[in-house]
Amino acid sequence: MLKLETKKLAKYFGRRKVFENIDICLRAGQSLALVGCNGSGKTTLLKTIIGLIYPSKGEVTYSENGQKLEFGQYRDSLSFVAPYFSLYEPLTATENLRFFAKVCGCKLMLEKLNELLSQVGLDGRGDDSVSSYSTGMKQRLKYAVALLKKPKILLIDEPGTNLDESGKEMVVNILDSIRKESIIIIATNEPKEYELADGICQLDS
Amino acid sequence: MESVNWTAKVLAVTGKDITSEFRTRFAVNAIVMFALVTLTVVSFALGVLSPSGEIMAAMFWIILFFAAMSGLAQTFIKEEESGTALILKLSCPGTIIFFGKFLFNLLLLIVLAVLIVPLFIVLLNSSAENWAVFIIGLLLGIIGLAGATTIIAAIVSKASIKGALFTVLSFPILMPLLAAVIEITKTAFIGGTFGDISAPIQMLIAYDVVMITLSVMLFDFVWRY
Repeated sequence: MLKLETKKLAKYFGRRKVFENIDICLRAGQSLALVGCNGSGKTTLLKTIIGLIYPSKGEVTYSENGQKLEFGQYRDSLSFVAPYFSLYEPLTATENLRFFAKVCGCKLMLEKLNELLSQVGLDGRGDDSVSSYSTGMKQRLKYAVALLKKPKILLIDEPGTNLDESGKEMVVNILDSIRKESIIIIATNEPKEYELADGICQLDS
Repeated sequence: MESVNWTAKVLAVTGKDITSEFRTRFAVNAIVMFALVTLTVVSFALGVLSPSGEIMAAMFWIILFFAAMSGLAQTFIKEEESGTALILKLSCPGTIIFFGKFLFNLLLLIVLAVLIVPLFIVLLNSSAENWAVFIIGLLLGIIGLAGATTIIAAIVSKASIKGALFTVLSFPILMPLLAAVIEITKTAFIGGTFGDISAPIQMLIAYDVVMITLSVMLFDFVWRY
């Protein structure tokens, strides 16, 4: 069983403390909401958990059946959705999905591709350039890319950003569809979204 | 879903960059325009003069070097500036990204060389006496240039003053390569043989191997954080 653990995790930018003493232990099937006001360090903590930022103190470990996993091993099981990264705008949605499927190591059949687009409410728009998409549609496409891997670890920064009501419902459905087998962490300051997770980790500003 | 092999992943990164480049023409436009303008300026400056092989060899590589500098950094700068770097980092190992980008830069340089060489001959009225030596020097030179600029572009993409830093950082790293390729190209222009350039050829091969090996070893540290 997959396990994510942080021990005494801390991050400082110069003298400024972003967060410290963060102890998290999550197993497959568990979820956590990181909550706090703007600037409280939610995004930095998420990126530290993913392995894209070095912690100043403490450590993040991923393990499966007691065996520690390196970045290269857990990366294949990890998906991330956030409003601040982009997909390839000159490419179409289909081309983006095919590209990420290829580099992630899976072949994407037409049936699966259409199913993914339909799941995120983009059916019929797969051949449009991403640059022609609205911000909400781009956000939906990021969820489709995240689902390509069948993620065992899903991290979402501000799940509902740029999404309309049906988009927010889509997020709930996606989380429900993977909740049993996956570790889910969401970072949010939207009280309604706290319910998407089993527990809450409050970060001070 | 089936497993996709390493080569297919590298080609997917290169293919994605080629498709994006065809649709935006950002790097190609910069490189081609720079090469054309520089060639034209140099041809006007030289007028009817017929400089020696040494000067023509240096001139050729100055044009190729600065034209390459104007576009090769874009492979990584575009990823950082458009916000796609983060998702790419989480999608595949650094070596795949490095080789995908390296291949794209190599293709760009081949396109640049194919464009520059005939124009250089026509506009500057100067041609190699020994084409085999010239082509070997050119090939080894652009492989080294692509390898070095790919890792430097990855480093520079994190900085705030990317454009200037790329050329400044590239120059000392590319100095040994430029010295060797200019020596080989000079020999090609004056009609020398492979016997005359064994030392710079060995040096170039060593440079290419060391540069690409080091880049692969360091790439994950440079790119991930």
